Amino acid sequence: MKRLMMSVSLAAMLAVGIAAFQTAKADEPKQGGEMTVTFHDDIPTLDPAIGYDWKNWSMIKSLFDGLLDYKPGTTEIVPDLAESYTISPDGITYTFKLRHGVKFQNGRELKAADIKYSIERAVNPKTQSPGASYFGSIKGYDDVAGGKATELSGITTPDDYTVVVQLSHPDATMLHVFAINFAYAVPKEEVEKYGADFGHHPVGTGAFKLAEWTSGQKIVFARNKDYYHAGLPYLDKITFELGQDPVVALTRMQKGEIDIPGDGIPPAKFVEVTHDASLKDLIISADQLQTGYVTMNVNIKPFDNVLVRQAVNMAINKARIVKLINGRATVANQPLPPAMPGYEKDYQGYKYDVAKAKELMKQAGLADGFETDLYVMNTDPQPKIAQAIQADLKAIGIKANIKSLDQSLVIAAGGKKDGAPMIWSGGMAWIADFPDASNFYTAILGCGGAVDGGWNWAWYCNKALDDRADKANAITDPAKQAERNAEWGKIFEDVMKDAPWAPIFNEKAYVIHSKRIAGKDNSVFIDPIHIPVNYDVLFAKDAQ
Amino acid sequence: MPAYILRRLIQALLILLGVSIITFALLYLLPADPARQVAGRTASVEQVQRVREQLGLNLPIWQQYGRYLWHLLQGDLGRSYLQRSQVVDLVFPRLPATALLMVGSIFFELILGLTFGLIAALRRNSTLDQAIMAMTFVFVSMPAFLLGLLLLYFFAVYLGWFPIGGYGEFKHLILPSLSLGLLGAGWYAQQMRSSVIEVLRQDYVRTARAKGLSRARILVLHIVPNALLPIIAMIGLDIGYFMGGAVLVEAVYGWPGIGQLTWQAIQQLDIPIIMGVMLVVAFAVAMGSLLADLIAPFVDPRIKLR
Amino acid sequence: MYIIKELLKRKLALLGLLLIAVIVLAAIFAPWLAPYSPEDQLADGLTDIGEPLAPSSHFWLGTDLLGRDLLSRLIYGARASLIIGLLANGIAVAIGALIGVTAGFMRGWFGAALMRFTDLMMAFPSLLLAIVLAAIFRPSLWIVVIVISMVNWVQIARVLYTETTSLSEREYVTAERSIGASTFRILFRHILPHLIPTITCWATLGIATTVLLEAALSYLGVGVQPPTPSWGGMINENQSYFQSFPWLVFYPGIVIAVLALSFNLLGNALRDILDPTLRGRH
Repeated sequence: MKRLMMSVSLAAMLAVGIAAFQTAKADEPKQGGEMTVTFHDDIPTLDPAIGYDWKNWSMIKSLFDGLLDYKPGTTEIVPDLAESYTISPDGITYTFKLRHGVKFQNGRELKAADIKYSIERAVNPKTQSPGASYFGSIKGYDDVAGGKATELSGITTPDDYTVVVQLSHPDATMLHVFAINFAYAVPKEEVEKYGADFGHHPVGTGAFKLAEWTSGQKIVFARNKDYYHAGLPYLDKITFELGQDPVVALTRMQKGEIDIPGDGIPPAKFVEVTHDASLKDLIISADQLQTGYVTMNVNIKPFDNVLVRQAVNMAINKARIVKLINGRATVANQPLPPAMPGYEKDYQGYKYDVAKAKELMKQAGLADGFETDLYVMNTDPQPKIAQAIQADLKAIGIKANIKSLDQSLVIAAGGKKDGAPMIWSGGMAWIADFPDASNFYTAILGCGGAVDGGWNWAWYCNKALDDRADKANAITDPAKQAERNAEWGKIFEDVMKDAPWAPIFNEKAYVIHSKRIAGKDNSVFIDPIHIPVNYDVLFAKDAQ
Repeated sequence: MPAYILRRLIQALLILLGVSIITFALLYLLPADPARQVAGRTASVEQVQRVREQLGLNLPIWQQYGRYLWHLLQGDLGRSYLQRSQVVDLVFPRLPATALLMVGSIFFELILGLTFGLIAALRRNSTLDQAIMAMTFVFVSMPAFLLGLLLLYFFAVYLGWFPIGGYGEFKHLILPSLSLGLLGAGWYAQQMRSSVIEVLRQDYVRTARAKGLSRARILVLHIVPNALLPIIAMIGLDIGYFMGGAVLVEAVYGWPGIGQLTWQAIQQLDIPIIMGVMLVVAFAVAMGSLLADLIAPFVDPRIKLR
Repeated sequence: MYIIKELLKRKLALLGLLLIAVIVLAAIFAPWLAPYSPEDQLADGLTDIGEPLAPSSHFWLGTDLLGRDLLSRLIYGARASLIIGLLANGIAVAIGALIGVTAGFMRGWFGAALMRFTDLMMAFPSLLLAIVLAAIFRPSLWIVVIVISMVNWVQIARVLYTETTSLSEREYVTAERSIGASTFRILFRHILPHLIPTITCWATLGIATTVLLEAALSYLGVGVQPPTPSWGGMINENQSYFQSFPWLVFYPGIVIAVLALSFNLLGNALRDILDPTLRGRH
């Protein structure tokens, strides 16, 4: 499963994508019209507690809402179902005042009890929600997650429109958690009516409601006329067509049959499409919160030697790899992507230096090189990139045999202590669930992730850094955020000293859309939180 | 006859059982952990363990299979791990589309294959024969995805004669069937040519010619029926083969067949779906084989059902 | 002897033989024939924006997506493709012929059991098997040979079964049986010769399909791993790019078709030579 792709904060976006924005003329949004989006894969479920796929993530955001949300096109948190909220000075108590008159799509009004129910449902092990652990800071979490209780003692509802959440310890990421899909409001009666099939009969408070779902073929969203954000959404209907190959989808878009190829521009068509003058205004690109990296398993010799890991970092010609993927990315020298708070602009990292790399190998006593395995996912263009890496490694004496396998098998190998010596993460790379540096550490570089089935494929475990990470996460004071981000930057710098990874590039996101679909500006097409687009704020220029 | 069919149906059930055991065993051998997939990447080890228990994945394999079989006998194919819906709700809606594509593909395979195979045999060793034979090799060597894409581009995008993929009406069926038909027609053409040449050699054909029967009569009465025997077997095979879905052609045309479901399920290790699809395929194979064996005696009366 | 003489008389058979010889020699002498190493990602192998080069006097068949010489990859790729197309396919055909003819000739419960076994193998989840093998073993072409041999014999078994049952019921066979002729005699004199054309056409067509099947299996991680070239693999990894860089798909495709066709020409000629009704009439 591919993960949610995040993008830059508004400031960085302005710096990077100003040209793209300036060419887009501002159109007046019109009410009405339809849009068609295509996807290659089937949509598994639209249950907010369960859906964790990059495709259904934004679809769920259009069907449901949560206490908080992000301002469209940005990573700025704003109240949504909550009218306002306050945080106690000690960072333990969050008080939310709900809007009045918000209706579920079955007609019933939203009350505080619904919020409590929805979050408890996500934590309840019976739901098997992949996002349960995000609520770990809420008091009473361990009892519910352990199956001993069904109610979270930390969530109380003094009246129908007030929700009070008490944490067991301050958590700087908590606001993001209240904005995440897993916390979205679901109506208890509908969940109980459909049981495990609620995911196929979703009922929420969102801008759209589910009108039709023909399994494997299409999903139709219809405008929620009672949506509490007056004036939104603009579109009357969105049709999602499933099972479409991305190359064919692109052709259909050019012919005007569909509006947005949900899987983006396939590598095979990339050069042709980006050089086509007629399509220029329809392609929008921006940076994402994504890094492609090579992991080196510190449990497997000789990657237990930091000199070898550093040599690998210096041996890879990252610029050439970016050229191989037609410039669809920028070279990376640290784990964090440029858009993430905590990214260090001036960090030099390991420069491409084959001679120095060979020198390091000699120092490690491996002047004659060694043989190892490089795991990669088998979909284009990952094997291509892996072969480029393989050639670079050969130049310093490392004979890397490529194991090109199905994604799930590579992930499984990475999760085994002595499974995969090297993995090229392309296609399966970690993408942040929300725009916070901690999300890029805990599961993939922290000791907590270095477990069976974990995602810390380098099996890197540095207790000192874990402690610093915990301390940074305890800094909840908004005034101290700059200090917190700076600390994160230093933590990652120290990670790079140990070089468990060789960061290669940061992939850019490309969205292409038909002429008739527009947003108030291009930012809605590369909305950091909604992939591929923010369905709520798009409109059709030809609406009657 | 009824006894024969009954016997074959029982044997089909045994085949289903066999396939289910083999598939289950293979899935069990895979190193990937479905519990981890369901529990999500941020789940703790305890949470993954809990999910594992909920899905019954911690039980010994024979017990897991027993549970699966028990549910199966009650008509319950289980729930998809990742989609959380009933497997029947995922698999059965796709069967009509798959069956349609199967019929359409076999149709084109026969039309193209038998015609050209017959022509090639009757004009044996001529340039026409060589050309037809060369074409069969070109098409058989073509990758399915590419052929589908080429036909789509030419007939739908460039000429605009057909819609660019889709499903629902008869016109949507033509191009995908043609794609699969072209790929398989080569086999039918070669086999037909081979069989017709064989039949032409037979004594009874020469006798018929000597008796003065017209070529057309000989063709229809003697040659074609006898040449059809292996063709019937091939059709039976194709029924089973196509019911397994044609994932590449389905993707090109956006055809909601069972192939795409299977492919995705295999990549995500969604065991219940994989098991469900394998059962459908096994059933189709058994039925295809039965059908071919039932029709054979009509074509060659000397064959007796035993 | 006689067969060779007859073969040499037929132009097409000679053409087939020649093409096969070229491919086999290319496979054997690849290191001497190929202008570059098939794995060298050449610095001048791509355009400025990272695209492959079209065929030119420098690179006769152009370069691929990583800047490697296509001609060299094609020459080295012959090795994998020959092993698959000839060995794997050959074994599959042999197994299929054995099972199909035995079942068709023996009939009775034994024949039925063999055919049900064939049905079982037809429904066998070979894709899953390939994935499991890829996860457990080191990828190697020999695993592909095993998988293909295990799986590809089904169709020819079924077709030969049907033909054999029909042949077994022919009058002359029942006549021979009634006079107590040995099974071997019946099989070899009356049945097998009629099956040779079918076996030939399936075996030669099978060369093309098994080469492509190897590509699919290697994609799953079972067979040759990148950067080792194989014709099927080259088609597989480049087919989406065919609009922009058609040579990447065209050349491997042509060679596969040529290899299969060459064997077919040879097979057809052999069949004509062995055809008793044509003997002396040609």
